Amino acid sequence: MSFITRGFGGRSRERDDRLPPGQTLVHDFPVLSAGPTPEVDTAEWELRIVTEGATHRWNWDEFNALPHEDVNTDIHCVTHWSKLGTSWRGVSLDTLFENVESQFDFVMAHSYGGYTTNVPLDELLDGQAWVVTEFDGEPLDPEHGGPARLIVPHLYFWKSAKWVRSLVMMPRDDPGFWEQNGYHIHGDPWQEERYW
Amino acid sequence: MQHLDGNALAGALAEFFSFDVTTAIARCNGCGAVDEFARAIVFTSPAGTVVRCNSCDHVLATLVESGDRAWLGFSGVSAIEVRRG
Repeated sequence: MSFITRGFGGRSRERDDRLPPGQTLVHDFPVLSAGPTPEVDTAEWELRIVTEGATHRWNWDEFNALPHEDVNTDIHCVTHWSKLGTSWRGVSLDTLFENVESQFDFVMAHSYGGYTTNVPLDELLDGQAWVVTEFDGEPLDPEHGGPARLIVPHLYFWKSAKWVRSLVMMPRDDPGFWEQNGYHIHGDPWQEERYW
Repeated sequence: MQHLDGNALAGALAEFFSFDVTTAIARCNGCGAVDEFARAIVFTSPAGTVVRCNSCDHVLATLVESGDRAWLGFSGVSAIEVRRG
């Protein structure tokens, strides 16, 4: 590989190994949205987990009474930006699913405003996903998904549904909004699963 | 999130259709309203373009672009009326 100059090799060695392929580091927090920002009043807010047999519900006060965790994680957007070491606070999906029984293996996240995205259940459990209400120690801004959003940091960030409202168990891995319209059914940034 | 009106689709969709899509008419599957695409509400972001009904916000169409690939979806309309001549 003698035709590769020292300059190119040097640059690639300096690349941050926390950045998945094709990603560029950003320090701001770009806002991407498929529609208007829904105004969700916490007095009306509700989070639901819906199975084939039951609906589990938490209102704002009940949700805030659940054990919370601080989450420090890197996030990767399919539009090629990554943000390292972001700080969130919220409830682990392990906590939310503690008393949930279902035979189904897949979840559709539904948001206020109508957005949907699909994730396999086993990628939401074991410390891999949270419903968060704070970013950088402040209440989550509506344009970033407040009052509460899902975060699934090991997948591209379109899977981290803003304004999350319900998690509906389903027997098949049906595609959500972007997954129906060109994006990958799974969305692993390390495998560059961007499009179908 | 700021939005544009449907005339913003003219350039983005010109390569896919031999007619001006902004003058095409469709019925929204969400509320049944019949209107020109030019009067739709358009949200653009690096992830894709989302076209919504100006009556009910229902998603009419989407456009995702990546280099030499593009995905054009009309999930929220069943048919498009094209005026001839």
